[in-house]
Amino acid sequence: MQEAVIEAKDVKKYYYLRSLFGRKRTVYAVNGVNLQVRRGTTLGLVGESGCGKTTLGKVIINLIDATEGKIYFDGKNILKLGSRREKLEVRRKMQIVFQDPFGSLNPWMTIKDIIGRPIEIHGLREGREKLDRVLELLELVGLEKSHISKYPHEFSGGQRQRIAIARALACEPEFIVLDEPTSALDVSVQGKILNMLTDLQKRLNLTYLFISHNLAVINNISDSIAVMYLGKIVEIMPQKSLYNVQHPYTKALLSAVPSPNPKVKEKRILLKGSVPSPTNPPSGCKFHTRCPCRVKKCEEEEPQLTYIDDDHRVACHIST
Amino acid sequence: MTDELLDVKNLTVRYFTEEGVVEALDGVSFKISMGERVGLVGESGCGKSTAALSILRLVPLPGKITGGKIFLEGVNLLEISIDEMRRRVRGSKVSMIFQEPSRALNPVLTAGEQIVEAIQLHQKISKSEAEERAIKVLEEVGLPNPPELLKRYPFELSGGMQQRVMIAMALSCNPRLLIADEPTSSLDVTIEAQILDLIKSLMDQGDISAMLFITHDLALISEISDKIVVMYAGTVAEISDTETIFEDPKHPYSKGLMEVVPDPFRGKRTFGTIPGDIPSLIAPPSGCRFHKRCMYAKEICAKQRPTLERIEGENYVACHLF
Amino acid sequence: MRLSLLNVAGPFAVLIGRMRRDKMALFGATVVTGLFFIAIFAPVLAPYDPLLIDLNYRLAPPEQGHPFGFDWVGRDVLSRVIYGGRLALIAALASVSIGVFIGTPLGLFSGYIGGKLDTVIMRATDSLLSFPYLLLVILIVALLGPSFENAILAIGIWSIPNYIRLVRASTLSIKEREFIDAAKATGESFLSIIFRHVFPGCASVLLVQSTIYLGRAIEMSAALSFLGLGAQPPTPEWGAMVGLGRIYLQVSPHVVIFPCIAIFIAIMGFNALGDALRDALDPRLRGLFRG
Repeated sequence: MQEAVIEAKDVKKYYYLRSLFGRKRTVYAVNGVNLQVRRGTTLGLVGESGCGKTTLGKVIINLIDATEGKIYFDGKNILKLGSRREKLEVRRKMQIVFQDPFGSLNPWMTIKDIIGRPIEIHGLREGREKLDRVLELLELVGLEKSHISKYPHEFSGGQRQRIAIARALACEPEFIVLDEPTSALDVSVQGKILNMLTDLQKRLNLTYLFISHNLAVINNISDSIAVMYLGKIVEIMPQKSLYNVQHPYTKALLSAVPSPNPKVKEKRILLKGSVPSPTNPPSGCKFHTRCPCRVKKCEEEEPQLTYIDDDHRVACHIST
Repeated sequence: MTDELLDVKNLTVRYFTEEGVVEALDGVSFKISMGERVGLVGESGCGKSTAALSILRLVPLPGKITGGKIFLEGVNLLEISIDEMRRRVRGSKVSMIFQEPSRALNPVLTAGEQIVEAIQLHQKISKSEAEERAIKVLEEVGLPNPPELLKRYPFELSGGMQQRVMIAMALSCNPRLLIADEPTSSLDVTIEAQILDLIKSLMDQGDISAMLFITHDLALISEISDKIVVMYAGTVAEISDTETIFEDPKHPYSKGLMEVVPDPFRGKRTFGTIPGDIPSLIAPPSGCRFHKRCMYAKEICAKQRPTLERIEGENYVACHLF
Repeated sequence: MRLSLLNVAGPFAVLIGRMRRDKMALFGATVVTGLFFIAIFAPVLAPYDPLLIDLNYRLAPPEQGHPFGFDWVGRDVLSRVIYGGRLALIAALASVSIGVFIGTPLGLFSGYIGGKLDTVIMRATDSLLSFPYLLLVILIVALLGPSFENAILAIGIWSIPNYIRLVRASTLSIKEREFIDAAKATGESFLSIIFRHVFPGCASVLLVQSTIYLGRAIEMSAALSFLGLGAQPPTPEWGAMVGLGRIYLQVSPHVVIFPCIAIFIAIMGFNALGDALRDALDPRLRGLFRG
């Protein structure tokens, strides 16, 4: 078993808002998360809107300050780094690809600059060598060298995502957060990007945190899967354990996914109501208000992530 | 067919933009019968939304319907006046629900005001009668405490509830045809399941008779339609019943789509792809618009547009292989 | 050919194409180009020395070789109008430059950093903006002493808060966009983000607004000189010509009319060009083709 290259311990991210009338509200976006990602593998982080997965992704690479908690990268807590040099080094090794191919590229920069900047910032190469590296990266993501002087608006969504991936790879990172990288793309284009990402992972020994709301995609691309609900991880398991999900929310999520095979009509678990607001999370287990199998304990005591199997952890009073 | 409700014949729509003329729809044809649920599926740019908007003659500028006929119960909608459309068709015979309910609902009117307005536009009843009808239809869509809900503004409701309000509005005048344009694309998957369940039960109860359901999600459409129209780059590739599309797709694009949809239950594997990119519709490919990406392409495919031919029963394909 | 979005760094072709269809744009571009041309080639274009006095021709009306006539000390009005164009353009460019070079960084930092810095800068900006503009520039010139240079300074000072506000607004919307986040993730430093990523986004707004402000600067410098607070005699500045020539309006209107027309055309030209640029660069008007 490889050691974890990334480990998040008790990570919390709260946003403090002041409404128009002076009322103070706290958004518990990430509310105590523990997870690990092993080197060279993909951890799929799945959850619906508002569960905090995107925030968690940004906090893990320290793009957003964590309110509390520790994040270890290669054994060092990246939230407590001293020198600017160390911080820059961590920046280099931990990158991110965003969901929106149209918004994540600077419309006023050429591809050459977009991909070239990370190389410059981290002092990896200069002049002619830098240009060569940019061309190399373009080829790596399946784009043509002639595209180098063009602007983002001249490309399709799929191509822009490739550019974003090239940018992320430019500074030779070890860990990449992929925040819904194909959700905004057509289904016939998705596959190409996803296959490319898997291929790059093998070639460059990359570690991925793959965030998505799409269980089908997550299941096909991850080695381990973490399910998130209202700021907390409710279940975390190896991909093969998807046949044995335990948490009621995960079960409902899985059953809600429309199946392409009309013959497979699973009995669908319909949850009542909608997700509570992250400013007012329920007591005890955050899911208890919608859970079809809750008991009194669920309202009072928050369940912790417990091992029910070798690699499979659930945060639920009923399942453990 | 005597219970034919909608007959779209050779619909052509063009967008006259500064960069050029976008051939958004080129000879699109399909039919919907009474009680039939038809799914319109395709990727971005295929023209599915444009086709839906054309039925209601709501194609936005710089677009224009430049050809074809749209028969609703025997009447060509493209020949009647806009006034007639407004009074007799939109909202009464044909209703539409949209992708983002938060944008489709008026933020400064309460849910009640919007539904009542929709009702009163088409039925000559008093406000209180309209409100009663509104409450009834809100109940039908499964919303709790309808009288209270009438007073709520859209921003006070969750995405799922907003969509239910939109469905309520669309159903309030008992339309013959409900057009749903990606109604669940912006919703979470568990809420989507709830809305789908609602639509299915409304269909079973007979509140929704005929429906045109538009989406890019193949898995979704399999659950909700009897018949599927597969569109590609402004043309119709194939029209088949749901089972056939999944088990025995004829058109190479349909085949490709089936392979590309990730199955949550099949575990880690590589993803299916279709080579090439969706073409620009400003200078679309000659002949069959899919020929550049088609692995079965022959010489004729680049030269001549294939027409929709009947394959068997009510299934049609537009492909030179058949 | 792909669908293309317009941005300032993108192809000029679409911009020029759009403007070619617009009559106002043509007018504006012509006037502005004309003014630059006149300003640069004034010594060659002006038939006579603008300062050359000939008391034999005091207030003489237009005649052969002197299409604009003579002023009250016999100077050729045409030549004075031509050199006036040069001064107008210098005044405009200099004062707008002051605004751009001081206002832009302040707007960028204020918008991007926010917090207390933003509050302080915005309070100061709002205070200056609450003065009626003419009063403000008159006040400044009165304090510094009337001269062409001080007029430029005053107009420059007027323009600073306007630029701060403009750039700050752009900055506020740009900083929320995802590519700024992406830049941070790449490791871009704070200054680098502001100048490489945020500033280019303000470019089109700056261009449009500066064009319009150039027109306003001409208006204000003419106003100040008219009042005797700007360019001092014998400087052939348009506003001064009108101000000093005013008393001869009944008798020899030509000494006043021609500089007035010049001021009018110049301001209209810059406004038209600015409006045309704004329309051409407006993303929302894209794709609306009356076709």
